[in-house]
Amino acid sequence: MLHQSVATLEVHFPTVPLIQFPMDLHDKKLRGKLQYGEKLINQSAKAAAKFEQWLLPSEAGYLEPEGLEQTKNFSQEAIVSNVDISSARKAFDIQLPALGPYTLDFSPSGRYLVFGGRRGHLATIDWKSTHLVSELQVAETTRDVKFLHNELFFAAAQKKYVYIYDKKGTEIHCLKEHTFPLKLEFLPHHFLLVSVDKFGSLRYQDTSTGLMVAQHRTHLGRCSVLRMNPYNAVVGLGHNNGSVTMWSPNMSKPLVTLLCHHGPVTAVAFESQGQQMITAGMDGKVKVFDLRKYVALHAYFSKSPAKSLDISQQGLLAVGEGSNIEIWRDALTSKQYKPYMTHHLPKGWQISNLLFCPYEDTMGIGHSGGLSSILVPGSGEANFDTFVANPFETVKQRQEAEVHLLLDKLQPEMIALDPKQIGSIRREPKEHSQMKSQQALEANRAAAIMAGKLVVVRHKKKGRDKPTKRQKRKQNNIITAKRPLIEAQIHSKSSLKKAKISDQTLPLALRRFA
Amino acid sequence: MKVKVISRSEDEFTRERCQDLQKVFRNLDPKLHPLEKAHEYTRALNAVKLDKVFAKPFMGALSGHIDAVSAMAKNPRRLNCFISGSMDGEIKLWDVAYRRANQTLLGHKGAVRGLTISSDGERLLSCGDDCTVRIWSLPESGMGSSEANTTSPQKSIACHVGKNAFRAIDHQWTGSFFATAGAQVDIWDQNRSEPIDSFTWGSDTVISVRFNPAEPEIFSTSGSDRSIVLYDLRMGTPLRKLIMQTRTNAIAWNPREAFNFTCANEDCNCYSYDMRKLQSALCVHKDHVSAVMDVDFSPTGREFVTGSYDRTVRIFSYNGGHSREVYHTKRMQRVFCVKFSGDGTYVLSGSDDTNVRLWKAKAAEQLGVLLPREKRKHAYNNALTERYKHLPEILRIGRHRHLPKPVYKAAKLRRTVYDAEKKREDRKRAHSAPGSVPHPPLRKKRIVAELE
Repeated sequence: MLHQSVATLEVHFPTVPLIQFPMDLHDKKLRGKLQYGEKLINQSAKAAAKFEQWLLPSEAGYLEPEGLEQTKNFSQEAIVSNVDISSARKAFDIQLPALGPYTLDFSPSGRYLVFGGRRGHLATIDWKSTHLVSELQVAETTRDVKFLHNELFFAAAQKKYVYIYDKKGTEIHCLKEHTFPLKLEFLPHHFLLVSVDKFGSLRYQDTSTGLMVAQHRTHLGRCSVLRMNPYNAVVGLGHNNGSVTMWSPNMSKPLVTLLCHHGPVTAVAFESQGQQMITAGMDGKVKVFDLRKYVALHAYFSKSPAKSLDISQQGLLAVGEGSNIEIWRDALTSKQYKPYMTHHLPKGWQISNLLFCPYEDTMGIGHSGGLSSILVPGSGEANFDTFVANPFETVKQRQEAEVHLLLDKLQPEMIALDPKQIGSIRREPKEHSQMKSQQALEANRAAAIMAGKLVVVRHKKKGRDKPTKRQKRKQNNIITAKRPLIEAQIHSKSSLKKAKISDQTLPLALRRFA
Repeated sequence: MKVKVISRSEDEFTRERCQDLQKVFRNLDPKLHPLEKAHEYTRALNAVKLDKVFAKPFMGALSGHIDAVSAMAKNPRRLNCFISGSMDGEIKLWDVAYRRANQTLLGHKGAVRGLTISSDGERLLSCGDDCTVRIWSLPESGMGSSEANTTSPQKSIACHVGKNAFRAIDHQWTGSFFATAGAQVDIWDQNRSEPIDSFTWGSDTVISVRFNPAEPEIFSTSGSDRSIVLYDLRMGTPLRKLIMQTRTNAIAWNPREAFNFTCANEDCNCYSYDMRKLQSALCVHKDHVSAVMDVDFSPTGREFVTGSYDRTVRIFSYNGGHSREVYHTKRMQRVFCVKFSGDGTYVLSGSDDTNVRLWKAKAAEQLGVLLPREKRKHAYNNALTERYKHLPEILRIGRHRHLPKPVYKAAKLRRTVYDAEKKREDRKRAHSAPGSVPHPPLRKKRIVAELE
């Protein structure tokens, strides 16, 4: 699969453009240092890209048609029968029709699965070995479940409060500040548990210190759509008025408000590089937004309003509506006309939640009839990083990773739309610099006029000292004082024009002789 | 249909036996490492805080003298051979590792003013207020010798008597000549009892002398007439003389850029000069609040240590305007002499309170044998702090040093005086004809004249 590794090479390590430092950077030493630094970065990026194809052991999954086949027509049974036994075991159904629609969440390494039924049935499983870790019945409406930083703890949004349970299912915290929660999200780098409630309040709580970091009122009514943007840890909310708002704990107003749909927003998902956002609304549309320009790129129609959306690590988009699931490939960058895969649940089962499993080619589906897992070849990242998320983690490794996570914990103040802002220089806004130069120009002109006025007008003889003539001479003095300024202005303008003209008229190769 | 899904067998990704190392897989794809810059910043912040936590520079005091330590010397041939002389004429040879004196050399009747070791590392030369230059033979000592040999006091192998008290002595880096400073500069041969040459320029006392590390014939002195003089042994007369507004107490040549030297000045600053261009200093190193008494370069030539009358020891970068580090203790009095150790890891200071103190050159450095993992971690932390050093929080934490109250207040006062002077000058300039009040650069401001 050489072509694949070449493709990853392009995606992972875009060649860093060598920054041309302006020659007006007076500090020679600094300029040299910066240039040297840039050179090193460039070299190491290239070296990393070069060695990547040898050092990454696994290859991503794929599903390719032969002849006139179309991948969207492949059924799960056909896929399962064509893969090895251990992979075939990853597709399963857990039928729990009594305890109502289920929601689910995967642990960061994708090894554990927590699911919660509407009627209070909570369980965590090591789903690959089908080992039930814990199971409990809280006898209360449960709307959402979420793993915290590892599989040892999970949070459940229950009828009145958010509760935190440990691996064995023991209730260890009741977060009473989070009242009537509808949806939960966990920001793993900041250790923040985010909840949104019935009345549209967004709450951030630090799970390492227990501090309530922020409470924002959205003033947009009931909200049950909450998703984190993994690129910058900004949280997106979908509202009933069709808008999507993005929040950070540092501002009581949304960072961004986007009107996305006519009618309520039903689901939001973010691409892992933070460049695109997908929204689904009751108007039956699924829209792709560019998060760099905040404009809609293209839109898809779903048969019925999509209930749940998710984007996999490799960029597959899953849309769940009713009991149907469509999986789209390359749907974010350009408009596609047929899905990559489709899957239908037995009739009557309504999808409530679907989630791609990290580092695996499977997708978990929570629905009214229980829980399903289907195979989606090419959805997961094939090569995991031991120090980021390790599916084969030992207890010792997990403990060490936890310590490192806490040491590297980011402060909530660092959440911003552009995560690269930290440590970079904030440039002076263009308006400021323009205003400054304008002011300088005016000051110069005023000074010149003053200088002209101060020139002593001598008395002249023979009728040349009439008041009109004196006035004229005074005027002339001012004009001569202003002349050099005006000349300089004209000169700079004309030279610009000349440069432009010569640029356009001469061919590229000859321009350097101009 | 061609289909493949990710399928990992546990055997491939986990170790076989529990004695094996855990298998580690890396994927440097930025997709898997979001918020990397924020993480780096956090790590840099932690690193700079840890640096503060581990900043314990004081290693110990070498006590044993009964009067103020006035001169120190390090052996150019051996690491653990360090000698100090005191105001009562005692010279002590220290075993730094065990922090005790191996030998005490008695002979000088007055204060020992200068100590130096010959370039072969076998002779110790001392001079003092008793108008004598004494030559001692240094004991052969292997690594880790801990035999305290105080019982049999050693006699000097030669004693040359001069007319006047000597203030300083220095030996050539290669060769057999040494120079003493006092009423005049005398050049001696180790094998002769009379000076082979002497230089004078003006009538004031010469208070320090230092040979150039690269050119054995060139040396410089500083005098109480506020002068810095350059000499060449091949010439009959001194080369150049620079007169500054205040006296220079000591000079140190940069061993790696041997045309540059740094002088410790009475006006609280150190000045680095290029010996070829004495019209202006290369750099003015400010931070002390009282006269700088001694200066010594690290063998790498990137840093130098200064000791001052304000009871602090500071470490400067060779081109840095302000000190990187300041060391002080409650009991340390006026510092008269400082030395960098031969490997650049330690700093020694001798002060008025009769103690020689041993400091780490890098306050937070972990001593001892480091595991490769530890080394990598330190290197990573250093790179991080270097990268993010300009960010306000990291800058603040990294720069923060506790100062004794008198030093802190004196620095504040100096600042006020400086500001007032600047304001006065600005006003003068504003009310004078344009160009009539020049802006003299600080690097030239303190220079009075350059004579040839």
